[in-house]
Amino acid sequence: MTHFDLTILVIDENAIRASIIEEGLREAGHGKVTVIHEVHGVARIIETLQPDVIVIDIENPNRDMMEHLFQLTRTVGRPIAMFVDRSDSAAIEAAVEAGVSAYIVDGLRKERVKPILDMAVSRFKAFSRLQRELADAKSALEERKLVERAKGILMKMRGFSEEEAFTLLRQTAMNEKKKIAEIAQSVVTAAGLLIR
Amino acid sequence: MNVLTKKSEFRGGKLSTGSALPAPGRICNEGQRTIRAGFIPLVDAAVLIAAAEFGFAQREGITLELVKDVSWANVRDRLAFRQFDIAHMLSPMPVAARLGLGSNPSPTIAPFSLGRGGNAITLSTRIYGLMEEEGRLGGAADPLRNARALAAVVRSAAAAGKPPLTLGVTYPFSSHNYELRYWLAAGGIDPDRDVKLVVVPPPMTSDALSAGAIDGFCVGAPWNMIASERGVGRIVATKQDIWPSAPEKVIGMRPEWAEAKPDTVSRLIVALDRAARWSDVPENRARLAEVLAEDRHLGAPVDIIRRVLAGEFTIDPEGNRRVVENYFVFHAGFANFPRPSQALWIYSQMVRWGQTTLSREGFEASVSAYRPDLYRGALGKDALPADADSSSLEGATDGDRFIDGHVFDPDRIEDYIKSFTVFGKDGVQTPVDDV
Repeated sequence: MTHFDLTILVIDENAIRASIIEEGLREAGHGKVTVIHEVHGVARIIETLQPDVIVIDIENPNRDMMEHLFQLTRTVGRPIAMFVDRSDSAAIEAAVEAGVSAYIVDGLRKERVKPILDMAVSRFKAFSRLQRELADAKSALEERKLVERAKGILMKMRGFSEEEAFTLLRQTAMNEKKKIAEIAQSVVTAAGLLIR
Repeated sequence: MNVLTKKSEFRGGKLSTGSALPAPGRICNEGQRTIRAGFIPLVDAAVLIAAAEFGFAQREGITLELVKDVSWANVRDRLAFRQFDIAHMLSPMPVAARLGLGSNPSPTIAPFSLGRGGNAITLSTRIYGLMEEEGRLGGAADPLRNARALAAVVRSAAAAGKPPLTLGVTYPFSSHNYELRYWLAAGGIDPDRDVKLVVVPPPMTSDALSAGAIDGFCVGAPWNMIASERGVGRIVATKQDIWPSAPEKVIGMRPEWAEAKPDTVSRLIVALDRAARWSDVPENRARLAEVLAEDRHLGAPVDIIRRVLAGEFTIDPEGNRRVVENYFVFHAGFANFPRPSQALWIYSQMVRWGQTTLSREGFEASVSAYRPDLYRGALGKDALPADADSSSLEGATDGDRFIDGHVFDPDRIEDYIKSFTVFGKDGVQTPVDDV
């Protein structure tokens, strides 16, 4: 018996993250993977699918709904929350920090589930890193646009060259111990108040 | 078989509040006194939030680091796996944990109750209209009649071959689940057969109601008021109507953490006690409402929170008001004392609805979930109710009646459960569907 015959259900409202996990599972050789993005109708899906492992993101308030379901449905076996091995506290912490929770049908051997959880954890982490990078890139772009606008205002109102305008912004930022983008924002705001 | 009728067996044992020893000396060997506390954004987290925000924790030399969470399952797991030191929890959660119920039961104790009140039952305006047609409504003043009117609606719907009503609660081991079931059963409705109970996260309740996904719900503040203000629901009963003394939320912690840090626990209880007293003072409620309303706490409109704290209800879309006396009690009437008899009442309801069975072990496990000894150790004998050392009756005095007039005697749980006409049948549970 290999681990490939495990039936896995992934519930994640974030469609991109869910597909990243799905891809990881398939790469690891799991063929029976079902992904859903909303919990609407999940009871019926669980009943027909009979998953061995359910992976769900920790920010999903519908976890409480799942708990209720497990209380009342006998068909799902006895799913237990998350962690196969309570003594493995490093793995548990990693999962919680990454924002993954999982349910596992009681009695499933831990060697079979551990790689799935590890994979989910690393994909969750990779996803949040990606999101962070994207957010950083976005704000860098915003800042550059802001500085451009402030430069334009200074050039127009004070007759500076582009270089002089930038030097003034940078010098002011240094004097006031602020970021150049913050100074640029003040210039833009002030101009909005003063002009017209 | 009546396993639990001998009073003497439990007197002076687990039910007692422990020895009269004073709080442990304030020794400084417990390292950093920073306590990570998980909470769910609800008005009944007020005492915990007030302790952190208004200097009560600081005065006791501890720092409360509040962490907001989204689900009770998360709170339970993060407490179990040491991400939290303590947590704002539903009063049945430590009992369920001790009984091994739920998907990740891990030993949890409750040395402090966060107060009473806050819950209510709301039905959709459509169902309320049908109840009016049945012509037996009691209005806001008679929640038992409302339950009977709902029973009439439920019977007519069943006779007409319509699907059963769907009602939402927050968690399988919640005061809301047991209160809604209690109210339904008091009106003659079997919560497992006549209606369908589902779990809906509280912030989603009024959307689910207006979309017709559910026909009603029992949740905490401010969600009933929000549904009512939006004109999608009618409040038909409050917790005060069902059982005024019902414990709502508690502070839960791991027993081994409490054992390792007795001084920190003691300081924490003192800080919470002071915060609870402060939160009960009407003049402080405006400031409390402001802090609760902040995004890092509840993130809800401050005027609604202010009115919820005052128990001012807009009960219908026409703007009719009802003021519920003592809708929120944070301290008065020994509201913070973790009464073992209340843990046992919760156990009785778990047995009544088939979540567990009645046994001597279950009885003792339930009692051990609440820790009046820690409460007493921190606050001293004077902070205790007169009947703290006995297994007191619940619902036996005026102002503390159950809606159906039953009296709970913790020493006669089996008789108590049998005295109801509606109860779960031998733990047979019907599969439910989600919304």
